[in-house]
Amino acid sequence: MKKQPFNIFYTEIENITKATVALRADNAGNEELALVEGRLAQVVKIRGSMVTLQVFSGTEGIANNARVEFLGTAPSLALSDKLKGRFLNAYGQPIDERPAVEGPLTEIGGPSVNPVRRKQPNTPIFTGIAGIDLNNTLVGGQKIPFFADPDQPYNEVMATVALRAKADKIILGGMGISNDDLIYFKDTFRNAGVLDKIIAFINTTQDPPVERLLIPDMVLTTAEYFAVEKQEQVLVLLTDMTLYADALSIVSNRMDQIPSKDSMPGSLYSDLARIYEKAVQFEGNGSITIIAVTTLNQGDITHAIPDNTGYITEGQLFLRKDSETGKVIIDPFRSLSRLKQLVIGKKTREDHPQIMNACIRLFADASEAKIKKENGFELTEYNNRTLAFAKSYTESLLAIDVQMDMEEMLDKAWELVGKFFQPEETGIKQAMVEKYWKD
Amino acid sequence: MSATGKVKGLIANLVMIEPEGAVRQNEICFLETAGDWLMGEVIKIEGDTIYVQIYDSTRGVRIGDKVTFTGSMLEVTLGPGMLSRKYDGLQSDLDELEGTFLQRGQRSDALDMNRNWDFKPLMKTGEEVVAGAWLGVVEENGLPHRIMAPFDLKGHARLLEMAAQGTYKVTDTIATIELENGERQPLTMINKWPSKLAMKAYKQKLRPFKLLETGIRTIDTLHPMLEGGTGFIPGPFGCGKTVLQQAIAKQAKADVVIVAACGERANEVVEIFTEFPELDDPSTGRKLIERTIIIANTSSMPVAAREASVYTAMTIGEYYRSMGLRVLLLVDSTSRWAQALREMSNRLEELPGPDAFPMDLTAVISSFYARAGYVTLNNDEQGSITFIGTVSPAGGNLKEPVTEATKKAARCFYALEQRRADSKRYPAVDPIDSYSKYLEYPEFQSYASSSVGKDWISNALEIKNVMLRGKEAADQINILGDDGVSIDFHVEFWKSEMLDFILLQQDAFDDVDMFTPIHRQAFMSSFLLDISRRNYTFNHFSEVRPFFRKLINTLKQLNYAEEGSDAYEKLLEEAKELSELNVEVSNI
Repeated sequence: MKKQPFNIFYTEIENITKATVALRADNAGNEELALVEGRLAQVVKIRGSMVTLQVFSGTEGIANNARVEFLGTAPSLALSDKLKGRFLNAYGQPIDERPAVEGPLTEIGGPSVNPVRRKQPNTPIFTGIAGIDLNNTLVGGQKIPFFADPDQPYNEVMATVALRAKADKIILGGMGISNDDLIYFKDTFRNAGVLDKIIAFINTTQDPPVERLLIPDMVLTTAEYFAVEKQEQVLVLLTDMTLYADALSIVSNRMDQIPSKDSMPGSLYSDLARIYEKAVQFEGNGSITIIAVTTLNQGDITHAIPDNTGYITEGQLFLRKDSETGKVIIDPFRSLSRLKQLVIGKKTREDHPQIMNACIRLFADASEAKIKKENGFELTEYNNRTLAFAKSYTESLLAIDVQMDMEEMLDKAWELVGKFFQPEETGIKQAMVEKYWKD
Repeated sequence: MSATGKVKGLIANLVMIEPEGAVRQNEICFLETAGDWLMGEVIKIEGDTIYVQIYDSTRGVRIGDKVTFTGSMLEVTLGPGMLSRKYDGLQSDLDELEGTFLQRGQRSDALDMNRNWDFKPLMKTGEEVVAGAWLGVVEENGLPHRIMAPFDLKGHARLLEMAAQGTYKVTDTIATIELENGERQPLTMINKWPSKLAMKAYKQKLRPFKLLETGIRTIDTLHPMLEGGTGFIPGPFGCGKTVLQQAIAKQAKADVVIVAACGERANEVVEIFTEFPELDDPSTGRKLIERTIIIANTSSMPVAAREASVYTAMTIGEYYRSMGLRVLLLVDSTSRWAQALREMSNRLEELPGPDAFPMDLTAVISSFYARAGYVTLNNDEQGSITFIGTVSPAGGNLKEPVTEATKKAARCFYALEQRRADSKRYPAVDPIDSYSKYLEYPEFQSYASSSVGKDWISNALEIKNVMLRGKEAADQINILGDDGVSIDFHVEFWKSEMLDFILLQQDAFDDVDMFTPIHRQAFMSSFLLDISRRNYTFNHFSEVRPFFRKLINTLKQLNYAEEGSDAYEKLLEEAKELSELNVEVSNI
């Protein structure tokens, strides 16, 4: 969209709702930005000369003679290397008391990558957390959310992952995060000495919720700039996508759209897919990996938000508190990394798939034994061994506060299996047993 | 002279147009904005307002932008050279588009207009020509690609001129016919067809009767799919829908495979792009990609083109069927298509049906499934389209509109079960809830007993029964405890576990196990049913598990062994011996 030579302004608003204003105006373009008494708004509907504008920060106190000025452009961001280390709001304006970022203005929310120009992801990303590296290995170019109840330390886990992963850039999109969490992120990144790798777009709970809708596009347009122009490996963190979806439902409700499941707009799947599908391994070196947080309501994954997310993302990491040990773990049953098959045993040690599966199978046997125990049935000797194994496995591998590298995880897993079981009880291929078994 | 018009309103990708001239429902038009030509389709006409859904981003579209109508509906371009191509939903060749990103309004030709084909005529001048008649043939990736008369040809035409054998481009005239009204019509190798209409240039549609071999035991043995049949795979995320569908795409005995990735992950089509050029087609020795056409409208590509993508795929399927070929069409996932319909219906402010889907969802899905089938062509040759769609039920709940509507239309139901997937029992097709209606077809029953295996159908029913009894036994054991039920319950349960582990579960990543030929499937089911019919005796319930575990282990190794190899013979012997222990004396 070209910038117009001069901006005409209007002062006759005909309709005002909680989120929109409508007025007669000529020559407005779809999705074009406007200022309504200084507040940023966007064209969402045009009927003849009647233009409907969605005001991001809400319409409280707007008068029907408010000054409306069209800006001639869709939401844009100044892209340059100078974004490094900056904290910005949903409009890309500084919130770190430094001057505005300079660079060529680029419209956000650009087109998607031609599927034939994508490359199959094949570089593992190690995080030091065994629940991820060992059981659900992440791959560069992947998109994966944490599914977590609100009381779980998902932002802390995500920060840990971000710091361990060897990314060139970490771009944080905070949607409806608390001020406390914002300070936590800032401090963590500063203490780790990586502030110059970070770019953050933040909408806190103090900001209007509809502004959140701009955050993912801001983040991903920045990510594409560094991944395409600079051929960098970019890690994108989005928290919390549930609050993003809530903002979508607010808007669709105010636009009189018919809600579908769980009061969410019918387009929820497409809206989320447009964001997550930006994760990509480009033909060159550049890649965008997306790690998101989707908070759940008491672990309910059938709700429209986690459900649609699960169909879009390449797996999910399920945070859960283990009642036996009191540790927060990455649930080995409900978590999944769809792309791990591309790297485990190929980019990691050959025994990885076998020992990983054996541990999960034995852990499953343990949960059966646990149910048996709870129902008051007598436990066999094998049952008892699986329970003992599960406890050690949880404490020394699954717990998210354990940090080790890949090699150590594999060795630890063999050690635990060897301690409690005989090789024939594990179903591990003979060749691997001969090479790696530890008594 | 085609109509033109001007934009007078819009919401998202629904644009209202003030027309000048006559416009027809479903007509294609182009909207010019900021130098881009955006394609769209008329979806509603109301007074002097034309409602058009634009297949692209409408960012920046303004009142007064110019619209040009084309006079025709959304058409698919058909001709030699489609195999191994990767199209978007509107049939642009993705490889031919420039740049890393899909630019708005960018399109490319569906066919290579410059390639030379060795054309052989199949008809002589003076002969009578009907719709879809085989005028000539070129070779496309080893397949005889018939060059056909237009599919909308009315009545009987006469062949006036026929090109001699030689090399031609698709745009060259290869024949001229005289229509019934005396008009002369030159023909090239290119046909066009409006994708929303079913292609009916055949004599009759038959009830399917031939097995479509997939090498997947839970399908072939238990819930067989037939050539020209329809089926669907619903399942929550993470249950292996896509892996199962890709296994079918790789292994099914079909001449042409069309995969429509409709609103799903782009990385999944990248997997096909990466793997299919490497994998061999066991029946022809060529690479899999050579028999495959991919229609990719992945989830972040324009939503409106999702609907178009499934129709594009079906139309290409009908075209190859008209050549007397066996076509397999896979759509992943039909739910995304239904969601696209929902978004548009919502914008049109139509009264919603259940879950805000449009009221005619069931009808739309049914008439789409009805385009598949086994047909006798006008020249008495036969061809088929087998159609399998996946459904992604919201929340994994099968009582939702898309699953229910599809259940009415499809004849096979492959229900993927979360619990099976959680315990890594892949493919996670539930043996009890799933069904193939074709087991009840007398046509298939007689075909199966003569050409597949004498006991094929009775075995399938018996296996299902053993699985059901095993499930009931397991329920009882869970309620009453291991020693609260008689030992027979444990035996029943473990017999079903044996069938589950050896027949139903299959390793899609193992070179031998991934594909089981029909005769091997027949042998294994008879062998296992033979075991399950025996009366085993044990002194204590705790003896049952180790006995069957050991047997299952041996049989599992057998599944991994190449048929006829030393290992295979040895394991089979071992399994026989193991299975004869603990049998009641009166039985031997």
